[in-house]
Amino acid sequence: MYTGIPLEAFLIISTFMFFTGVFGFITRKNLITILMSVELILNSVNINFVAINRYLFPDRLQGHFFALFVIAVAASETAVAIAIIINIYRRFKTVDVENVNEMKW
Amino acid sequence: MELTFGQMMFYLFAGIIVLFSILTVTTRRILRAATFLLIVLVATAGLYFMLNYQFLAAVQLTVYAGGIVVLIIFSILLTSHISQKFEKIGLMKNIMGAIAAISGAVLCITTILQYKFSATNAAAEEINMRLIGKSLLSYDKEGYVLPFEVISILLLAAMVASIVIAKRSKTTNN
Repeated sequence: MYTGIPLEAFLIISTFMFFTGVFGFITRKNLITILMSVELILNSVNINFVAINRYLFPDRLQGHFFALFVIAVAASETAVAIAIIINIYRRFKTVDVENVNEMKW
Repeated sequence: MELTFGQMMFYLFAGIIVLFSILTVTTRRILRAATFLLIVLVATAGLYFMLNYQFLAAVQLTVYAGGIVVLIIFSILLTSHISQKFEKIGLMKNIMGAIAAISGAVLCITTILQYKFSATNAAAEEINMRLIGKSLLSYDKEGYVLPFEVISILLLAAMVASIVIAKRSKTTNN
């Protein structure tokens, strides 16, 4: 399926996705959209792992398993982040990073 | 130049990923951003299918597209109105973010294009469920039992932590 496609094509796609996530992380104000940008970044790293595993070390499975572990870490990170966001919403009635400027005293 | 079917599928997925990841970070309606993120994740699963990692693609579809995006949509519905639009981002902030992203991307892409990747000559290993299960639970050279156990403890800790954080406390409800 992947014959005729260079490895660099996969890496360029994942680079593009990574820096789109970085752009969103810098410019967004809503906490949930910032979380989506983090998901984009994690996903692009997964593409890197998998493509390099398939093209350069096809006899091993390291990239495959670390992509699996990254997915698990991303899932738990999202769960905790959304719990925190919902708690912030209860206290401040907003999820914009600019209005959340005090910690518990 | 004649394109093979695999190349056509790759360029289709690449176009979808590029277009919708830009839309995810620039759209001003939050529910649309979540939908575009879902499309990006499904296209990534398509790339994994192309690379013959069917198990990983299935995990991507179920955990990312099925779990995380649904969780994000739930939290969107709990915290904001659907019809709400974000205010426009300031021009200066936009330009600065674009400069940071584009310069980083140019740096990385030039590095990638200059580097000579050298593949091993070993034969490709066929990946089936038996191999995946044995590798995850074996502790010899190609085994991954330590990260597997660490991940399981991490998932347990995340579950307990999110319940504790999101629980409404009884005493300090002012």
